[in-house]
Amino acid sequence: MYGWTGKIIRVNLTEKKITVEDLNMDDAKLYLGGRGLGSKILCDEVDPKVDPLSPENKLIFMTGPMTGTYAACAGRFNVVAKAPLTGTIGAANSGGHFGPELKFAGYDGIIFEGKADKPVYLHICDDTIELKSAEHLWGKDVFETTDLLLEENERYARVACIGPAGEKQVLFATVMNDKDRAAGRSGMGAVMGSKNLKAVVVKGTKPIKVADKERLTAAVMDARNKLKENGVTGPNGGLATYGTEVLVNILNETHGLPTRNWTASRFEGGELISGEYLAENYLIRNKACFACTIGCGRVIRIADGKYKGIVAGPEYESGWAYGASCGVSDLNSINKANHVCNLLGLDPISMGATIACAMELYEKGYITKEDLGGRELRFGDAEGIIEFTELTGYRKGFGDILALGSYRMAEKYGHPELSMSVKKQEMPAYDGRVLQGMGLSYATSNRGGCHVRGYLTSPEILGLPVKVDPLATEGKAELLKTFQDLTAVVDSSDICLFSTFAIGLSEIAEMLRGVTGIEYTDEEVLRIGERIWNLEKLFNLGAGFTRKDDTLPERLLKEPVTSGPAKGRVAELDKMLDEYYQVRGWDKDGIPTDEKLEELSLKKMFANA
Amino acid sequence: MAKGIFITPEKCTGCRICELTCSFSKFNDFNPKDASIRILSVEEEGLQVPMTCIQCDEPDCVEVCPVEALVKDQETGVVNYNQELCIECSACVEACPYGSITYSVRLSRIIKCDQCSGEPQCVKSCPSGALEFKELDSELKEKREKIAAHYSQAYKEVAK
Repeated sequence: MYGWTGKIIRVNLTEKKITVEDLNMDDAKLYLGGRGLGSKILCDEVDPKVDPLSPENKLIFMTGPMTGTYAACAGRFNVVAKAPLTGTIGAANSGGHFGPELKFAGYDGIIFEGKADKPVYLHICDDTIELKSAEHLWGKDVFETTDLLLEENERYARVACIGPAGEKQVLFATVMNDKDRAAGRSGMGAVMGSKNLKAVVVKGTKPIKVADKERLTAAVMDARNKLKENGVTGPNGGLATYGTEVLVNILNETHGLPTRNWTASRFEGGELISGEYLAENYLIRNKACFACTIGCGRVIRIADGKYKGIVAGPEYESGWAYGASCGVSDLNSINKANHVCNLLGLDPISMGATIACAMELYEKGYITKEDLGGRELRFGDAEGIIEFTELTGYRKGFGDILALGSYRMAEKYGHPELSMSVKKQEMPAYDGRVLQGMGLSYATSNRGGCHVRGYLTSPEILGLPVKVDPLATEGKAELLKTFQDLTAVVDSSDICLFSTFAIGLSEIAEMLRGVTGIEYTDEEVLRIGERIWNLEKLFNLGAGFTRKDDTLPERLLKEPVTSGPAKGRVAELDKMLDEYYQVRGWDKDGIPTDEKLEELSLKKMFANA
Repeated sequence: MAKGIFITPEKCTGCRICELTCSFSKFNDFNPKDASIRILSVEEEGLQVPMTCIQCDEPDCVEVCPVEALVKDQETGVVNYNQELCIECSACVEACPYGSITYSVRLSRIIKCDQCSGEPQCVKSCPSGALEFKELDSELKEKREKIAAHYSQAYKEVAK
C-alpha cells in the first residue's frame, strides 16, 4: 500500500475499547482521506439528526494519502464531526506536525465514539495505543497541557488537545495541535470536550511508502518551482513576507474589509493591523508547517503584560475579527487576544466576530452594562477583546453567552439579524457585497460562513489563477463549483490550500498518482472533490437544512455598501443561487438529482436525502 | 578546501523538508527517523535549528569504530560509512559528541550524513536558505562548531 498506511484506530470511549481496523480501500480511492474520507465515515456511522454534543456523535481525526510525504505543503489533517455551532457536517483542517506524526505511527486516522466517564487522553506510540487518565489536565490551558503531556510521554511526541473552551463546550472551541495550530472552525473542540477527551499524543517511527519515487520527485519539483515563482507563495512573496495578514491592506483598498460588525467595509485603522505593520513591529521570524515551502506562520513577540513572550501571530481572518470587525486598531491587543484563543482553544474568527456583534448590541442598547458584568463594550475597545475572550474560554460572566456564538447570542436579545453568520457560523473577512462570488461561497458552504470551502477571493482580488471582476455575478456559480470541488480534493489529499495559489488540478493529480500509484485522470480527481461536496450536502439535508438556509445575513442582502467601487451594491445572491444549483446538477431546492448522485457513485443516504 | 553544510538557524522555518528529502533520497521512504539531518525546535526562542554531522577533523566516531566502517576522507573531509563492514555495535552513536549519528533497528544500520557525495540533497531542497553547502574557511567552521556544541545536548535527546 502506498500513501495510505491502511490502518485506522477506533476508540470506543464509553467502553474504553481500542481496535485497529483496516482502511476500507474502496472508500479511500473514492474519497482520498482527510475531510473526504472522514466525512464518508461520519455519514456511514452517524445519524445527521444527532445532537452534536451527545455521545452518539463521532469525532474523527483523518490524514490523507499525501500527509507526511514531501508533496507540496502536505502536512495536514482534518477533524470531522457533526458541528455544534452549525448543526451541519463539520470538518476542520490543521497543519503543524501532528498529522504526519500519526502517519509515522502507522495510522491514517482515529475514530472516537461514545463518551468517557472521566477525562482521558489517547496515547499512541507506534503499536502501543492506550487510554490514560487526563483528570490532572482538565482545566489546564493548551500550552500547559501540551508541556505536561510531553513530559509524561515521549518528549518529542506531537499533541492535539483542547483547552478549557473545549472542556466547557464553547460552541466554537478548537482542537489545537503543536500548541498554536488549530482545527479551528465550527466547534470540533466542543465535540472533543463533550466526549471527555482532553488530548491525543502521538509518536511514530515508521516510514511512509510511496508508489513511484521518480514520478513523485518530478511532480514535487515541478510544484515547488511553481510555488517559488509565484508572487503569493514564493520566498519573497506576500505570504512569506507578511503572512496571511498581507490581505488587510489589499482588502481595505477595495473597500471589502468588513468593519464594525459589517456596518462599513473600509477600516480607517487598517494599516495599523496590516501584515506590513506586523512585520515591522512584532515579527521575529517565519514558521512553516510540515513539508511547507511557503512559511506563512508568524513568530512574534508580545513585549508586555501577562502574555509576554514569543508566540504565534494572528492570521488575516483572526486579525480582522478582532481588528476591523471590532473597530480595534491596536495590533498589540489583537496579538494578545489571538494568543488567548490559542491558549484556551477558541476559534478567533467566531470569537472576534461574536464580540463585534456584542459591541453592536450594546451600542444599540439591546444589551446592558449589567449584562456585561458592569462594564461597557463599544467598538474600538482594545481591552475588551482580550477580557471577553478570556471570559468566553472559561464561560464566566457574559462569556457564557458569548460562548454560544453570535447568532444564538443575538437571538437571545431579540436581534438575530445582527449576527453576521451563515448557518450560525460567523463569516470571515471578505465582504460578500464587494466580492459577489465570496457571498455565494458563504451562502452555499457546507459548514456555514467560511472562506476556505471556495476561496473566490483568489480570482476576485488576487487574480489567481485568473482575474475576474469581484462585482460581477455572471459566471461566479460555475467558478465557485470548480473551486469548491478542487478544495475538497486539497483538503482530502491532505495538503495546504495555500499551495493552490500556485498549483492546480494537474499538479495535485500528478502528485497523487506518484504517491498512491493509482492512475486517476485529472477529471477523476476533480470528480472526487465533487463527490465529497455532494456527500456533505446529503448529510446537511439529512440534518434538516433546506434552500432557505443557503442565504446571507439581511445586512448583506439589504444594506448597500456605503463606500468604494461597490458603493450602493448589496450581495446579489438571488441572481446566482439558482444558477449555482443548476451548475451543481441539483434541483431548484438544492437537492442533488438522482442522475447526479449516480454519476458520482453516491446513493441517497438519509430519509429526506 | 573541504566543503561543509552550513546552517543559519535564524532562517529555518522548521518545515522539515530536509529530513524528508534525506530519508527519501537514501531509503526511498519518508521517515524523519531515518534522516541524518534533524530539526531541533528551541521553543522559548521561537527558533528551529537544523542539526547534522559536522564531519569533525578528528572524529571520535572513527576513533571508536572497531572495524573501520567509518573512515575520514581527507580530501573531501567527509566521514564515510561502509555498511558492509559495520557490525552494528553503536559505539559511534555513543561517541559522537553532537548526537549526529543514530542507529536504526529497522534498517540495521547507522544513519549518518555523507553529504550525498558532494551534492547534499537537503541543501538543494531547503526552501528558506537556512542550509548552504560551501567551502569552509576557518571562521565559518568555528561558527558552525559553536552552534553544534550549543545544541548538542538537546539534540542528543531528539535522537533518542
